[in-house]
Amino acid sequence: MALVLNEDQQLLKDSAKSFCQQNAPVSQLRRLRDSDDAKGFDADTWQQMAALGWAGMAIPEEYGGYGFGYGGLGVVLEETGRSLISSPLIPTVLLGASTINELGSERQKLELLPKIVEGELLLAMAIDETTFHAPTKFNTTATKSGENFKLNGSKTFVLDGHIANKLIVVARTSGESDSAKGISLFLVDPASPGVEISRTHMVDSRNSSKITFTDVEVFADNLLGDEGNGFAGLTRVLDRACIGLAAEMLGGIQEVFDRTLEYLKQREQFGVLIGSFQGLQHRAASMYSEIELCKSAVIAALSALDDEHSTEKEISILASVAKAKLSEVYCLVSNEGIQMHGGIGMTDEFDIGFFIKRARVAQQFLGDVGFHRQRYASLNGF
Amino acid sequence: MFALKDFQNSTRQWLEENCPQSMRTPMVQEEIVWGGKSPTFANPESKLWLDRMADKGWTCPSWPTEYGGGGLLKEEIIILNQELARINARPAITSFGISMLGPVLLEYGSHEHKMEHIPKIVRGEIRWCQGYSEPGSGSDLASLGTKADLQGDNYLINGSKVWTSYADKADWIFCLVRTDTDVPKHSGISFILFDMSSEGISTKPIQLISGSSPFCETFFDDVKVPAGNLVGRLNEGWTIAKRLLQHERTMISSFGLASGQSDRGGTTSTVASIEGAAMHYRGDTDKLSDSVLRDKIAQFKIDSDAFAFTSRRSVEESKQGQGPNATSSMLKNYGCELNKRRYELLLEAVGSQALGWEGDGFSTDELQVTRDWLRSKANSIEGGTSEVQLNVIAKRVLGLPDILSLAKK
Repeated sequence: MALVLNEDQQLLKDSAKSFCQQNAPVSQLRRLRDSDDAKGFDADTWQQMAALGWAGMAIPEEYGGYGFGYGGLGVVLEETGRSLISSPLIPTVLLGASTINELGSERQKLELLPKIVEGELLLAMAIDETTFHAPTKFNTTATKSGENFKLNGSKTFVLDGHIANKLIVVARTSGESDSAKGISLFLVDPASPGVEISRTHMVDSRNSSKITFTDVEVFADNLLGDEGNGFAGLTRVLDRACIGLAAEMLGGIQEVFDRTLEYLKQREQFGVLIGSFQGLQHRAASMYSEIELCKSAVIAALSALDDEHSTEKEISILASVAKAKLSEVYCLVSNEGIQMHGGIGMTDEFDIGFFIKRARVAQQFLGDVGFHRQRYASLNGF
Repeated sequence: MFALKDFQNSTRQWLEENCPQSMRTPMVQEEIVWGGKSPTFANPESKLWLDRMADKGWTCPSWPTEYGGGGLLKEEIIILNQELARINARPAITSFGISMLGPVLLEYGSHEHKMEHIPKIVRGEIRWCQGYSEPGSGSDLASLGTKADLQGDNYLINGSKVWTSYADKADWIFCLVRTDTDVPKHSGISFILFDMSSEGISTKPIQLISGSSPFCETFFDDVKVPAGNLVGRLNEGWTIAKRLLQHERTMISSFGLASGQSDRGGTTSTVASIEGAAMHYRGDTDKLSDSVLRDKIAQFKIDSDAFAFTSRRSVEESKQGQGPNATSSMLKNYGCELNKRRYELLLEAVGSQALGWEGDGFSTDELQVTRDWLRSKANSIEGGTSEVQLNVIAKRVLGLPDILSLAKK
């Protein structure tokens, strides 16, 4: 398992960095927020990202992708995290394409994955129903009616739910809430009768929505994977998503830290640079150390995803290590970022506030620190 | 690629044939091999293992073959370490000569110094100690006052050192001495080697809160040292001193690496792992019942995992033969803090059975936890305090203004 980027990944990272800086700095997110943009992302930027191949990074070549693996997608996500780009990269690519690739039939893959690579198809994944991530605790049901299914229930925290061309819905075809058995995944047309989508405005200014399903008819050929046996596949998807999300968070963490460090070297008080104060130096040095651990947790998890020898359990453990660690450190660094900037850090005009907002939403999404520590403990037999 | 595969195969085979079975079990305190002129081998297979590894130069795999080292490439060393780990091989030797002195001698020593000392270090024939700290010079190491005066062909050394690890058992010392008192403190220090059996040297062990005495006070009274034993240039010892500290930090940071593993006292011990101990002493079978402790242990182990990856990554990132860099301060600091956290958690895991001092009523392992917990408190002091490491990171890695620049003069 390599813990340093290979040459291709480094080149990709460099080009992603300059693209993000030039085409989608934090000011883009600010503009989307201030104009209350209906789509919630910049369509031109997304088309350019797709043209650069970012949407097909981890998709196998036989389905139109570039077979660059999650290591490739990871470095791209990291750079988008630095400028907080709001884009379909997480909902459509990280969650959506991974689901289709992990659970879909050959026909579904051939039909959908190339459209994702082109940037044409937008997906949204509906998992959670309560205010906390709990991939087995849900009540949305899909009951057989003839050959097809009828979907009933409600979902929350669905990224890009209000703009997606297709929804991926996690539902119960049998079993009680909290059981890993009886879980099935479906592709659902958001225009189907009985689907009600309301956009929610989250603190990070990124897309999210609540969706209710009332007797929504879903054709049997829109089932993803085997009926009732979706949990293992869902786990693989969520692990990949947690690792990719952690890569995005790594970019944000480094950006806040870099900006804060720069400020410590500029701001003078009492006639000296505030960066000469030990009270700030030691905190900065501690953050640097934590960030080094974050980099390692992310690259170890990404390499494991691209390593055919990795077991699913190893990947699950690495996913929880990365998500727990990055969540903890993003909160730390974004809090300190505001504190060390002093009053200016509290103003909306200054960008640092966007990072603390993103940090909290990202840490909550797909399981917070506590969720992943508990999961880590269970996976390790305590 | 093929050459590396060959190397892996031949290494695996060699280890299979040459690593004695008892050397593939977890290390126990009494069997640690320190080498030296009169070495002790509690387990006779330890000697066999040391000799075999030393013959191949694999006690010091990166060092040049010219001086008895292994002469391996970085990629080969990674493979060797993987293969050693695969069979749980014990370190053949624990040696300050290998982890601290050797690398700086190779970098700064003369050919004569290398020829004289390096092969013996590789073979574990001389046990070294480190003469750095003094009673009045702890974190402010450069204020040291032990003097070396040139008298003819010899230096006369007078003064005292403290926290000299195993000075009472060492054969030789690498020592920082003041050779000029009329210049700023960093500019009058030299790095010198001498025989601990020289006349005028005395040592006195210091008992720690853990009851053990790994450190000594060391006194020098007109100790005569040949002038040729000075390493590098006169009064330029501080550069060597700092370089050696980087190697020392890398060595100490490995405490943190071990802290994530279940490496204590063999696999049957009730305190072999924190989580295992926590469940054992609570009578839990499948899940730790104390949910607060469970969260803390998970947090600790996640940090340990991420730290182990970081340590490996720093090796992968370093260039061939470059050795440690400024990140050694980060690794030292984090590794030591992790090790301290480990023992605090172990106390929580075990409860009152981890607070025994001696006698019946406690198992050997339980008593060892108490002692090791106390000993771990030194981890963030020895080799530079955590606060000093944070200063180094702030200054050398982050480029923040030096708070001590005014106090240096």
